Amino acid sequence: MTRLQMLFCALGLAGLIAAPLGQGNYIVYTMTSWLVFSISAMGLNLTLGYAGQVSLAQAGFMGVGAYVTALMTLAGVPWIAAAFVSISTSFVLGLLLGYPALRVQHHFLAFVTLAFNTLLFLVLRNEEEITGGSFGLVGMPRPNVLGLATDSNLSFYYFALVCFVVAAGVMWWILRSPWGRAFKALRENPIRAESLGLKIRRQTLLAFAIGSAFGGFAGALQTPQVQFIEPHSFALIHSLKLLLMVVVGGSGFFFGPMLGAAVVILLPEVLRFTEGYYLIIYATLVILLMVYSPGGLIGAGHKIRDRLMPRTEARRDMEKGFQL
Amino acid sequence: MAEFIQIILSGLAAGSIYALAAVGFTLLWQASQTINFAQGEFVMLPAFFVLVGMTVLGLGLWPSVALALVLSLLVLGVMFKKLVVEPMLPHGTLPLVIATIALGLLLKESVKEFYGATAQPFPPIFPQEVYQVAGASIAAQDIGNLAVSMLAIGGLQLFLTRTRTGRCMQATAQNPAVAEILGVNVKRMVMYTFLINAALATVASVLISPIYLAKFSNGETLGLVAFIAAIVGGFNQIRGALVGGLLIGVIDNISAVYISAQYRSAMPLLLLIAIILFRPQGLLGTSEGRSV
Repeated sequence: MTRLQMLFCALGLAGLIAAPLGQGNYIVYTMTSWLVFSISAMGLNLTLGYAGQVSLAQAGFMGVGAYVTALMTLAGVPWIAAAFVSISTSFVLGLLLGYPALRVQHHFLAFVTLAFNTLLFLVLRNEEEITGGSFGLVGMPRPNVLGLATDSNLSFYYFALVCFVVAAGVMWWILRSPWGRAFKALRENPIRAESLGLKIRRQTLLAFAIGSAFGGFAGALQTPQVQFIEPHSFALIHSLKLLLMVVVGGSGFFFGPMLGAAVVILLPEVLRFTEGYYLIIYATLVILLMVYSPGGLIGAGHKIRDRLMPRTEARRDMEKGFQL
Repeated sequence: MAEFIQIILSGLAAGSIYALAAVGFTLLWQASQTINFAQGEFVMLPAFFVLVGMTVLGLGLWPSVALALVLSLLVLGVMFKKLVVEPMLPHGTLPLVIATIALGLLLKESVKEFYGATAQPFPPIFPQEVYQVAGASIAAQDIGNLAVSMLAIGGLQLFLTRTRTGRCMQATAQNPAVAEILGVNVKRMVMYTFLINAALATVASVLISPIYLAKFSNGETLGLVAFIAAIVGGFNQIRGALVGGLLIGVIDNISAVYISAQYRSAMPLLLLIAIILFRPQGLLGTSEGRSV
């Protein structure tokens, strides 16, 4: 990290701490949602942007995390233990799903995760004795941290912010570690990565499982935030929404998913005057973005910057997606 | 026994319609490596073109179907290829996957906003009679659906194997670079594929809408089923998609009756996972080898 980047991160963090002060409940709640979805989208970004695999079950993993946390906290287990179990469950499920799917190429993971998300929805809806069926689960307590209750929306926002910073820090560390560098090598040029001794399948599987674990963590946060969970919140459409968050922000960029989550969560508010046409406009924007800038908004930003301030041309073969 | 025959037959009839969608899906994949996540919406949309023709323009059923076919070829064939797929091909598969997801959302929401959110009754193509054969009641509609889908797929298969254009399309699917060297107009062949997909979607739409009613959200289940059928049968074979579609239709019906209505839609998904585990190239598919 250069000194300038550190400064920007510190400024951003200060901004996030100051932002909810003096705001109404609704805005604080929306910002908390943004934090939660950012964590989940960050995980998906590892799968999609770094390992290059499409996962259509990120909302499903959030569901796993949310239900595990809900059931455990309702039974009196402290939140932190429940969150830990949620993360591990999602991680193991990710390994189990990814192992067979990644034996074959061609986005098979997309299909397996699609099936998983749909199956999970059916199980959550049908097993009423455990999951409450379509009535869902209510009344999950908000956690106490060091004796401080997080019952008010503002204090829960700060709680979520701490979780968000921890998650972002872990992600940063993963990406900087030899593992993370291996993910990047894989994305830039899989053939060369393999020739350098990287196990492509193992790396991809690990990326997917870690990404899923982030989803589980986000779910564990969503339970005390919303305090009401039901199967429809984790249906396939929400997985697609998460996928769009990552891509709109810029997959493969560290801050892409956070930007994307902000766009996807805030856009409905901005486009409220268009009423029913919101999703139509949104879908059109996504298609246009994909046509003109597959790197998402951050990619588009880079393009504009490069045009305004041309620098020395980087080597063509170092570019994303270039293959020999 | 009579009941069993009845279940199998109606399963085959539904499955043959799924097969139409699955075949189109497979064709697109072969010709341009496009995984069309909007395939379900492609089958949902033509029914609304027909309804617009009948209610807004006051046409009869068959002129409306013709109108729907033309509109589908234009929108789901030409426009889809020119405006969405073509500009995105150089970026690789991932942006295209995202774009088709967004396209599906766009089609669905547009129908909901501009036509209506409620399920619309759709005029039946075949007489609504039910015959009693050896104790089993057999609906004329099922027989008709099965026959029309089989004719469409059979005709397509003949076209692909017996005509020069069809063989050029196969060559394009197998190896575009070599096909181009041999003088095949690759771009045109890919365009034909998109048009065929649009036509198949129209046929499927007209056949399935009298059963399920025309609704903006129909594409969700249909798309999933088309996917599963294509993968179960084998991603690189037309007859694979056909077998996959029929199998899913039958399994769906059998599990609804004999296993559990609640978990009815889980059976095809479990089949999908089993296939990916044990036979990833699909029942009839041939292994393509790893692309990395």
